[in-house]
Amino acid sequence: MTLTDLTLAAARDGLRRGAFTSAELTGAHLAQITAQEPALHAFITVTAEAAAEQARAADAARAGGDDRPLLGLPLAIKDLFCTAGVRTTAGSRILEPFVPPYESTVTAQLLRDGAVFVGKANLDEFAMGSSTMTSAYGPTTNPWGRADGRALVPGGSSGGSAAAVAAGMALGATATDTGGSIRQPASFCGLVGMKPTYGRCSRYGIVAFASSLDQAGPLARTVEDAAILMASMSGFDPRDSTSADRPVPDFAAACARGVAGLRIGVPREYRSDGMDAGIEALWHQGLNWLRDAGATIVDVSLPHTKYGLATYYIVAPAEASSNLARYDGVRYGLRVPGADLTELYEQTRAQGFGAEVKRRIMIGTYVLSAGYYDAYYLRAQKIRALILKDFTDAFAQVDALLTPTTPSAAFAQGDKMDDPVTMYLNDIFTVPANLAGIPALSVPAGLDAAGLPLGLQVIGRPFDEETVFAVGGVLERGAQFDTRPSRVMGTRR
Amino acid sequence: MTYVVQGSQGAWEIVVGLEVHAQVVSQSKLFSGAATAYGAEPNSQVSFVDAAFPGMLPVINQECVAQAVRTGLGLGAHINLVSRFDRKNYFYADLPAGYQISQFEHPVVGGGSVEVELADGSTKRIGVTRLHLEQDAGKSLHDQDPARSFIDLNRSGVALMEIVSEPDMRSPEEAGAYLRKMRTILRYLGTCDGNMEEGSMRADVNVSVRRPGEPFRTRCEVKNVNSVRFVMQAIEAEAVRQVQVWEAGGTVMQETRLFDPARGETRSLRSKEDAHDYRYFPDPDLLPLVLDEAWVEQLRLNLPELPDAKRARFVTQHGLTPYDAAVLVADKETAAFYETVVDGRDTKMVANWMTGDFFAALNRTGRSIADSPVGAAALGELMDLLTDQTINGRIAKEVLEAMVETGEAPGAIVQARGLRQVTDTGAIDGAVQAVLAANPDKLAEYRSGKDKLFGFFVGQVMKAMAGRGNPALVNEAIKKALS
Repeated sequence: MTLTDLTLAAARDGLRRGAFTSAELTGAHLAQITAQEPALHAFITVTAEAAAEQARAADAARAGGDDRPLLGLPLAIKDLFCTAGVRTTAGSRILEPFVPPYESTVTAQLLRDGAVFVGKANLDEFAMGSSTMTSAYGPTTNPWGRADGRALVPGGSSGGSAAAVAAGMALGATATDTGGSIRQPASFCGLVGMKPTYGRCSRYGIVAFASSLDQAGPLARTVEDAAILMASMSGFDPRDSTSADRPVPDFAAACARGVAGLRIGVPREYRSDGMDAGIEALWHQGLNWLRDAGATIVDVSLPHTKYGLATYYIVAPAEASSNLARYDGVRYGLRVPGADLTELYEQTRAQGFGAEVKRRIMIGTYVLSAGYYDAYYLRAQKIRALILKDFTDAFAQVDALLTPTTPSAAFAQGDKMDDPVTMYLNDIFTVPANLAGIPALSVPAGLDAAGLPLGLQVIGRPFDEETVFAVGGVLERGAQFDTRPSRVMGTRR
Repeated sequence: MTYVVQGSQGAWEIVVGLEVHAQVVSQSKLFSGAATAYGAEPNSQVSFVDAAFPGMLPVINQECVAQAVRTGLGLGAHINLVSRFDRKNYFYADLPAGYQISQFEHPVVGGGSVEVELADGSTKRIGVTRLHLEQDAGKSLHDQDPARSFIDLNRSGVALMEIVSEPDMRSPEEAGAYLRKMRTILRYLGTCDGNMEEGSMRADVNVSVRRPGEPFRTRCEVKNVNSVRFVMQAIEAEAVRQVQVWEAGGTVMQETRLFDPARGETRSLRSKEDAHDYRYFPDPDLLPLVLDEAWVEQLRLNLPELPDAKRARFVTQHGLTPYDAAVLVADKETAAFYETVVDGRDTKMVANWMTGDFFAALNRTGRSIADSPVGAAALGELMDLLTDQTINGRIAKEVLEAMVETGEAPGAIVQARGLRQVTDTGAIDGAVQAVLAANPDKLAEYRSGKDKLFGFFVGQVMKAMAGRGNPALVNEAIKKALS
């Protein structure tokens, strides 16, 4: 096994044993970037020199007895996290020249724990998308391939992060999830992706999309790897008013806890009529693994979940339309001059934003406008409260819920691009957890008929990521998902 | 007496409501740690939050909340234990985030009131609808360069209290009195310095006119008026304009106007049709502002004595006239000065001296209590010299003049200039005899029944004694000599 095939936990063990150095480990991942990047384009900015320097420093520190949790482990950082001195674009032309003078709390905590950053990963512009096709820096290709040879999307918005981890360019990655942007790429790329409880990870220094929904989380190859990264990313931050002042539990320990005695809910409303047979079969398989491990399976109802997607596509654009008002060409980023202030705004924003971002700004501006606010934004907030109540009621009966992560496997680049609503349907299973602010994990559970990975989603109680990881661990052991993507490895093993 | 605008077709009543924007006294801004000092170098007090850099988040400054709650308590207003911050969205170059964080729907302070004193001695209670916290914007500088505008973000994010009154005022005088009273209360509380010249307090003035007895007509808002005098002038000018519009058969349109003090008129800034759609919605970066009742109670217990209570105490406990009491409490520093001087001394004497000769001397030299060359201790010493009859009243006035001029202590002045009062009856009798001897004709007139000349003799004796004679003893000696 090569260094780029290791799990993050195994790589950490290797470094601790002295089987290899961080310089070697990081070097192997940088070499993989060099080899794969032309085909996959997972990164907007590769920081090879800085990574090599961080790796050398990590090796020196380890020689001095340092054993911080992530010391010397190479990670990819979604280019939505501000990184001091390293360009941060949010996948947008409007931030092309932007170099933040500050570090996001999440990345600062990863650096505090010794991590090595190999680069800034590609994403849908301002995290708006499910395909990474809306990036101003070109699309990322899924390392997984299909028999017809068409390049597939890695999902989005954290498609670059997912492709980098799946293709062995990083041991793990940071990502963000506003409506499914961690879990859907995890499902599409055969990875584990965790969207924690809203407030678990600080939003400070993460370019905002929809403030009440945005939450950072990890993408990794195993449930344990995700739990290890979560431990470093989590924690109270006084600079984020919505950050939760709670202790960070031992997530990694929870992964092996098992599900004996737990009650697992199956929300009947997730069984849509048009559900893909392969996905439905996998869902049943997942329930069987949990039952075999000692869990009780319970039917539950989430009656308002069918309004989730519509609610999401009102709340998220509304907040985005306001959050993105700051990109005006006045203080930083792109400026396209105009004859007067209005023209400067219009030209800067016309040239700086892509079509999907403009679409969502327009939707958001519309739903907040006088005369429409009550019918759209206010009503969406009421439904959001009902969706949360559905979950609260369900969690009175069960400890976690199991659903599919996505309604399909990865689709081809260019598909669904002509109809935004079809693209938005990708998020149908993932948005309810964002609206309710509760933790949700995607675990690779198997392959579809075309040999593409599919994930199952575990949804838990607020701040009970431990149970979610425990359920995820059982699914992982049941699935024995150890396949590697075909495009990278040549053949599927 | 009712104030009216006399139109060509009869009398019109005016209706005024004020929105006062008061900058909160605090070390740092409403949602960032940046400093708030006035007059700093442009863009020297700006954090990444104030400049709305990507990923930056607001965090509420608890001291600003405390200041707003103190103000609410001082206005006798309801404190809302749960309030909320909203975003007011609009594009402008000095508004970095593209929205202002404000409290639109759920303000931190609800209804209260202010009592104002009017020139005719009457009082009137003006309702306060609400008080909410919001951020100030930056400043656009258009006069630095012929082609470009510059932005100073020092003010960006500074905490403001917007205090909205009911449309309870019916004259420019009432509006002026309300604004002055509001400023006094804010200064007593220490929640706003009230410096309208520096822009830390400004007012939006809502004006409408109506025939007596009618319901309200359409109002216009005159924005950003920055002195009490201009507020009163703006109301008058705007009311006259509206009366002319109505009487000419026109209709007053709801709009935002600006007051031009040089021309003494208001002019249209934007009409209702051009009004922004601010797309208010709850700021998702901030949790609802939830106040602890015990914390509010603590602030209430630690409130300073406010002008109305102080005035009442000066009247009932110090025996001052309501007028003198009102003069002494109108300004926090004056009241504190009086209270220092009066400690252990005669209240009426101190009040008379302060409101009389002391204020006159300050006015004449263009000073105020804050930079008075005569401190409270020195004025107190002067009162003591009067009380123990070291000097008489007339000499005391002279000493006070010297104190204001030189800043020296009264005792030293009396000593150096030999102003000590003469109580030696021998010396007084001598002076009386000399005056009578020098004025035989006046003495004869007096003796023949011209009693009024008694005052003449008193004046002459005091003059002869350079004003230092004890007035009572001088009177007595003259009476004795003439009898």
